[in-house]
Amino acid sequence: MIKNLRVKSSEYIDETNRISFKFNGKTYHGFKGDTLASALLANDVHLVGRSFKYHRPRGIMTSGSEEPNAIVQVNPGTNRTEPNVRATEVEIYEGLEASSQNCWPSVEFDIGGINNFLSPFFPAGFYYKTFMWPASFWEKYEFFIRHSAGLGKSPTSNDPDIYDHRNIHCDVLVVGAGISGILAAKNAAKNNFKTLLVDEKNELGGSTIFENNKFNKIDNKTPSEWLKKEIEELKNIKNLEIKTRTSVAAYHQYNYLLARENLTDHLEAKDKTNKIRQRLLKIRAKKVILATGALERPLIFNNNDRPGIMLSSAIKKYSEFYGVACGSKNVFFTNNDSAYESALSLYNKGINVEAIIDIREQSESKIVKKVKEAGIKVYWSHTIVDTAGYKRLNGISIMKLSNDGTSVTGSKISISCDCLGVAGGWTPAVHLYTQSGSKLKFDEEKQIFLPNQNTSQQISVGSCGGDFKIDEIIKNLNQKLKDNLNIKETDLDNIKVEIDQENSKRNIWLLPSDKPLGKTKPFVDYQNDATAKDIKLALREGFRSIEHVKRYTTTGMGTDQGKLGNMHALGIIADTAGVKMGELGTTTFRPPYTPLTFGTIVGRNVGKFFDIFRRTPINDWHVENKAEFENVGQWKRAWYYPINGETMHQAVQRESKAARESAGILDASTLGKIDIQGSDASEFLNRVYTNAWSKLAVGKCRYGLMLNEDGMVYDDGVTTRLGENHYIMTTTTGGAANVLGKLEDYLQTEWPELDVYLTSVTDHYATASLCGPNSKNILKKIIPDLDLSDENFPHMSFKEAHIGNIQCRIMRISFTGEHSYEINVQASYGKDLWEKCIEAGKEFNITPYGTETMHLLRAEKGFIIVGQDTDGTMTPIDLQMDWIVSKKKYDFIGKRSLYRSDTMREDRKQLVGLLTDDPNIVLEEGAQIVSELNQSPVEMLGHVTSSYFSPNLKKSIALAVVRGGKDMMGKKLFVPMENKNINVTVANPVFYDEKNERLNA
Amino acid sequence: MFLINCPYCGERDQQEFKAGGEAHIERPKQPTELSDDEWAEYLFMRKNIKGVQFERWNHAHGCRKWFNMVRDTSNDEIKAIYKMGEKPPA
Repeated sequence: MIKNLRVKSSEYIDETNRISFKFNGKTYHGFKGDTLASALLANDVHLVGRSFKYHRPRGIMTSGSEEPNAIVQVNPGTNRTEPNVRATEVEIYEGLEASSQNCWPSVEFDIGGINNFLSPFFPAGFYYKTFMWPASFWEKYEFFIRHSAGLGKSPTSNDPDIYDHRNIHCDVLVVGAGISGILAAKNAAKNNFKTLLVDEKNELGGSTIFENNKFNKIDNKTPSEWLKKEIEELKNIKNLEIKTRTSVAAYHQYNYLLARENLTDHLEAKDKTNKIRQRLLKIRAKKVILATGALERPLIFNNNDRPGIMLSSAIKKYSEFYGVACGSKNVFFTNNDSAYESALSLYNKGINVEAIIDIREQSESKIVKKVKEAGIKVYWSHTIVDTAGYKRLNGISIMKLSNDGTSVTGSKISISCDCLGVAGGWTPAVHLYTQSGSKLKFDEEKQIFLPNQNTSQQISVGSCGGDFKIDEIIKNLNQKLKDNLNIKETDLDNIKVEIDQENSKRNIWLLPSDKPLGKTKPFVDYQNDATAKDIKLALREGFRSIEHVKRYTTTGMGTDQGKLGNMHALGIIADTAGVKMGELGTTTFRPPYTPLTFGTIVGRNVGKFFDIFRRTPINDWHVENKAEFENVGQWKRAWYYPINGETMHQAVQRESKAARESAGILDASTLGKIDIQGSDASEFLNRVYTNAWSKLAVGKCRYGLMLNEDGMVYDDGVTTRLGENHYIMTTTTGGAANVLGKLEDYLQTEWPELDVYLTSVTDHYATASLCGPNSKNILKKIIPDLDLSDENFPHMSFKEAHIGNIQCRIMRISFTGEHSYEINVQASYGKDLWEKCIEAGKEFNITPYGTETMHLLRAEKGFIIVGQDTDGTMTPIDLQMDWIVSKKKYDFIGKRSLYRSDTMREDRKQLVGLLTDDPNIVLEEGAQIVSELNQSPVEMLGHVTSSYFSPNLKKSIALAVVRGGKDMMGKKLFVPMENKNINVTVANPVFYDEKNERLNA
Repeated sequence: MFLINCPYCGERDQQEFKAGGEAHIERPKQPTELSDDEWAEYLFMRKNIKGVQFERWNHAHGCRKWFNMVRDTSNDEIKAIYKMGEKPPA
């Protein structure tokens, strides 16, 4: 028989709308408006999880996002499942399923619970201390540790939901829609500030909305009634956007905040489809008003973690807001007046309150008197020394507290109860404030950390700013709004507040028990099972910094980031070490405030939108002709074109042979192209390339090598002089953007006197590279009127021409060593040009080839690829390219570095060719090279950078960098592999047509 | 995420910009005259100040212009922004 703990109906719960849901496989009922937590409590379910380390039974502690215990797996086993969700934040809907985490086989009977009885063997730092030896065993230990720990399970199939990002710019962002936030947003918007108000809950009003305490009146109404009217008025205000179910996760510099807007998590499965589930709001606000409220503190006493032990404010909210009694025999334990408000709230609803245990000596406030009049027994100067009940609280024992609060005296009194509300005072929620980089100060009187300053960009108002009484809140809010928003009048000027609240409080961070600390379990961090004992142990072991104690004890390192217990941890450290809280400081509050889903973070950038990619204008042809593609930078480049089920090797061998024997064609559109103009263009090229450019005639092309200032090869490519003051530079495909950036940098910052203009034109041109002995015949067919004779159009020169009406630039340059032409046309004509070449080349067996064949052909010629044969540590001298480094030029980028003692060393790694003794063995790129096989440790001389089987040479060829390789020509070396040692001989890196006769063939 | 006031385009999000290291390090006019140590000083040695630092920034995904920024590295406050060639504020 399930007890129904639903009390007097609440206006926030729709009792006509009954909802069924499952928890741990069992069906329960709740109402629309319930959270999973309130619905479970209404069904008298407190036990919802097991703790992380000791597997102790744990129940719902709070009513909000600070919940440390009631974290559940939502919709387990489905593709929408989500672990580590706080039951206090899950709005129930028909068909919701949830289950406990961190327990096996079930939350009722958990094998890991044995850890609780073994707990004397699990002190702080247990894992560090135990599993250190033998070192090689760590992997085995880790397997079991990972298996037994772990919070929840991640989904194993694709997330069916859509996520989104939105940028928002506003004048004023108000975080938190409690009384302060609502009044702040209202007044900002009324004064023509474009205002955004966000709150993590689905209802506006914070805790004031269920504040029916008759002692506090605003304009003669209860705070709840008054605030409802204010909220109603918000609807008619322009300039105001309100977002509920929106949690601010991070507050970065310059008022850049990230918030997660939850759109469908509260809907039934059928209503979730094709809707955006969560949206990441990227907010840039001119001013931020933090109204994030305060979190109630628990009290730290022996066995303070049993199911049924809750925050006093949570009990009040469950009763007032959700209409749920959390227990039938309630007791409160407090150090301030808050618990009395909760007790009265229950009393007024007819819920039994057995007693209030107060560690203060007394209090004379009206509300205390009222409680006494109600006949509720109050135990002054008493503390709880122990609690009983394994899966549900069934009793407490209390004793009289000594005057100094460090010990207990007298005899033990036992009180039977099934729910205990603890009230340890309030901690301002300063998490976002500190994330913004602002500093806190400690208020010794109130024993809280407060925002230290309100800058022009942000203010903290309400209880997160340290104001807890409604009259103070409204008065200070009024002044802060006027100062910060620079407005003269507000709505708040004439509000009349009557209150009867007292802030008297007796703060004891760790309450004593009749047992020594070693025999008790006063939990500080509920989720990570860190006790006061662990913190004291850490101090005894020499840890002093709060950051170190945190990591050693794992206090505050759970998914709740220690929202409840961190203050007590600090307090206990301060008391034990004899320092002041203010001197101790706090640990760093890091984003996100509450966990974010991966989906929210990535938004739309999934699947094919994961990364941007670029396609050439000829791409469609490659796709139609079944090319395989490879990624080069962001480009999708045709890799090879398999025919009739060829392997990559077979295709590349065929393509390579065809290109040398007759004709090949390559899509070279991806090469970076920079248009360079200006009267100093030649001088500029002189300064950025290693070779000389002044004498390059108009219409001629030249290969250039570009260095970094440190002398290392940075990029290479052919640059063509189109006119007196006009060049077009080509760069490597991957280096284009960086080269342009680097050139701009020098132009703007070092040589602003040069008259040079750079424009990236990579995307403006499509390039087809025709190569092979028949390339000339093919070009002749396409452009019959162009004189292709060596006299008119020699190697390394350029012509403008027309193919029909299409203007094109043709460079006779070669990366394969064959007679070849690069034809550039406006990008939109790229595919036309390509198809014309293919058509004209048919009779010559024109063969399209991809990047792999291009790499093979250039390797046969010993041409380097920057980034493959170089790695940022190779000078042109290392590459045996001395010929391209001008000795005459006074200066160029990187020149001085070529004369540093290090770059002039003889034993640097240098580029050489390698031939395998067995011509059929192809070396692995990256393989290491050694000169001795029987030496240990053996010296690594270098590694293979490029390696192919050359169909034209019918043998394996490779390029490699080898220490002192220049002087090793003909030397035998070894490439040791896993199963064999490969014998290799150092060779000239130019394997094919050393005399370059084919260029003019 | 900074909000950077590009001197040519106005306020833009940091993700449009690229940081370019310490400012006001001039490339030597006559590198060949320098000893290895002097050249290394120019090439490799950069300050890493906790406090006010002069930096180069580039509006890489905007106008592509380089400019200078004075930033307090301890709290990321941008104290001034000025164009290349302009005198740094005192």
